[in-house]
Amino acid sequence: MLLESIAPRIHQLVVHAPLIAKKARPGQFVILRADARGERIPLTLCDWSSRDGWVKMIFQEVGVTTKKLASLKPGEFVEDIVGPLGTPAEIAQYGTVCVVGGGVGAAAAYPRAKSLKQAGNEVVAIIGARSSEYVILEESFKGVCDELFIATDDGSRGFKGFVSQLLEKLLEEGKRFNYVFAAGPVPMMRAVAEVTKPYGIKTVVSLNPIMVDGTGMCGSCRVTVGGVRRFCCVDGPEFDAHQVDFSELMSRLSMYVEEEGRALALYEGASFDEG
Amino acid sequence: MKRVPMPKLPLEERVRTFKEVALGYTEEQAVAEASRCLQCEKPLCVEGCPVGVDIPLFIKYVAEGDFESAVEVVRERNSLPAICGRVCPQENQCEGRCALGKRGDAINIGGLERFVADWELKRGLRIPEKAEPTGKAVAVVGSGPAGLTAAAELAKFGFEVVVFEALHKPGGVLTYGIPEFRLPKSVVEAEVDYVKKLGVDIQTDVVVGKTITIEELFQEGYEAVFVATGAGLPNFLNVPGENLCGIYSANEFLIRINLMEAYKFPHESDTPIKVGDKAIVVGGGNVALDAARCALRLGARETTVIYRRTEREMPARREEYANALEEGIRFKFLTQPVGFEGDSSGWVREVKCVRMRLGKPDESGRRRPIPVEGSDFRIPADTVVVAIGQSPNPLIPRTTKGLAVSKKGTIVVDPETLETTVRRVYAGGDIVTGAATVISAMAAGKKAANSIKKALLGS
Repeated sequence: MLLESIAPRIHQLVVHAPLIAKKARPGQFVILRADARGERIPLTLCDWSSRDGWVKMIFQEVGVTTKKLASLKPGEFVEDIVGPLGTPAEIAQYGTVCVVGGGVGAAAAYPRAKSLKQAGNEVVAIIGARSSEYVILEESFKGVCDELFIATDDGSRGFKGFVSQLLEKLLEEGKRFNYVFAAGPVPMMRAVAEVTKPYGIKTVVSLNPIMVDGTGMCGSCRVTVGGVRRFCCVDGPEFDAHQVDFSELMSRLSMYVEEEGRALALYEGASFDEG
Repeated sequence: MKRVPMPKLPLEERVRTFKEVALGYTEEQAVAEASRCLQCEKPLCVEGCPVGVDIPLFIKYVAEGDFESAVEVVRERNSLPAICGRVCPQENQCEGRCALGKRGDAINIGGLERFVADWELKRGLRIPEKAEPTGKAVAVVGSGPAGLTAAAELAKFGFEVVVFEALHKPGGVLTYGIPEFRLPKSVVEAEVDYVKKLGVDIQTDVVVGKTITIEELFQEGYEAVFVATGAGLPNFLNVPGENLCGIYSANEFLIRINLMEAYKFPHESDTPIKVGDKAIVVGGGNVALDAARCALRLGARETTVIYRRTEREMPARREEYANALEEGIRFKFLTQPVGFEGDSSGWVREVKCVRMRLGKPDESGRRRPIPVEGSDFRIPADTVVVAIGQSPNPLIPRTTKGLAVSKKGTIVVDPETLETTVRRVYAGGDIVTGAATVISAMAAGKKAANSIKKALLGS
């Protein structure tokens, strides 16, 4: 296991997992447990090498599990890693495509940009963050994109505003996309969907509901897409953005906010005592 | 004649903890219960046992105080006796056929099986002799009752056996499904340990169909594969409002509690669970009762099971129904949910129901429930668990070329050999039968192991 901080409280985790690396496809994810009492959390595969047997994930410290992962020392192990899970993305030659990554969502957008490029598309990427120091994977995107735009909420870098606003601006200026992919916080994905809908652009989002087993067993990750119940872990994680019930997803994501807060307070209290 | 009562944890302690409810017989109690056995010349109990344990013989040894011999008799046919003694529906199997049951209480065969198995675990497991190594490797997919049994049998035959488990702990439904108070995880671990001591390698965190396919297992050198992936997909009611917060599938509710130990949150486990004051569980099987009793232990003030048929048609084990009633679980029969209402933040607040009446028997032989027109009513709820059954997991059928499945998604097998439509791929347990019992899955594991032996060794 190798861990590297790539922005404030954002880390890149590389794990030796040859079986997963061999099978990984863009759009898929793994489930991790940080330690023996740990929760199972899904993380999108950001990069991998089937030859060298490693997989890379990027995460932001938000709750107990991500704090625990962030505190791993080089050479230590994550307790469990299983995958690759989910249905691989459909990659085709669409023409000109736009790949949008908001916050750590850029980690899910990167493999998509890379594979779309390999499939012969003209790839435009938009990555966004709160402010310049939170912009991640810029160099990686540059290597696989024809054009890269950056947006920050505070305007400290690139366009001032949200990635969805930047996308809207590009469309208003006459830029045409045959396909849009977006990954990031739910409000951002919803905003992207709203921007592309009037233009009739096929738009795919990578959803991030609460999961437990990740193999279709628990139904915790159920989402409504086009009025039909789908399990994000096996039917997804990618769906047609114009069909997703984002309000329901937001509400279900908030189910354990109170418990997550309690667990974090307890964990940080304990870490503080030890420190 | 009355059976020797099974000692239980006092009620007031029971409803607050996840400790095992049934405490097991003492040696004296076991001997006394065993001594009631008539030692029938034609023992019907054995016919009622899906794995054919020589029940009168092991009970005779118990009555004589020779527990060592009793264990040997049980182990000969059953690799997981401490589990079966606890969770088998004995009233429909061995005990249901017991001659004593006609005039009084049937022998507590489950209780005695558990007694000898627990006695053995306390003494320390002894590993039976294995056949000479065959030099051939067999892969088993899934470490639930079918997979563990097949693995144990195959190891005894001298095969190199690797079990692939998708979750991070072995045991399948025994680990993620059945709660601690009915089947302590230490018992499951001990039985898994027995299988490991036979030389079986259990690899967790491998999802066959995703991490590796069946075809690749053959490429890696395995000469046969046994698929025992269970009925892992939760069924939903498909009514409006079912995705509101606070509504769980029984699988999610029980996985959080049993596998992830959410009842120890936040001090000893990081996985949360949320149970409000009013918990409603929909269903009438063992899973529904397990969920209801978990909800009660997690602090629900009022836990109600709603079932569309009546008490008589409930498929749950009678002992657990009695336990649930004792613990204060309420039951509302002839009731079917038709929708859920939530509050402005997306949390469930009410279950919309209709009353049912029973019509003519359906294909299951049970009388079909029919909605009573105009009988709509509402029940307040802040936690709902939907426990209306599971379907087969489609991962392996979807990723294995030529593997035939039924309309219901179960894998089609030759009933004699359990071989699927793909050569040297066998399947058994819930993935073949749909959701059934631990013991029938074990019987399938055994049968498949014998077929594999015959196919690979020719005897």
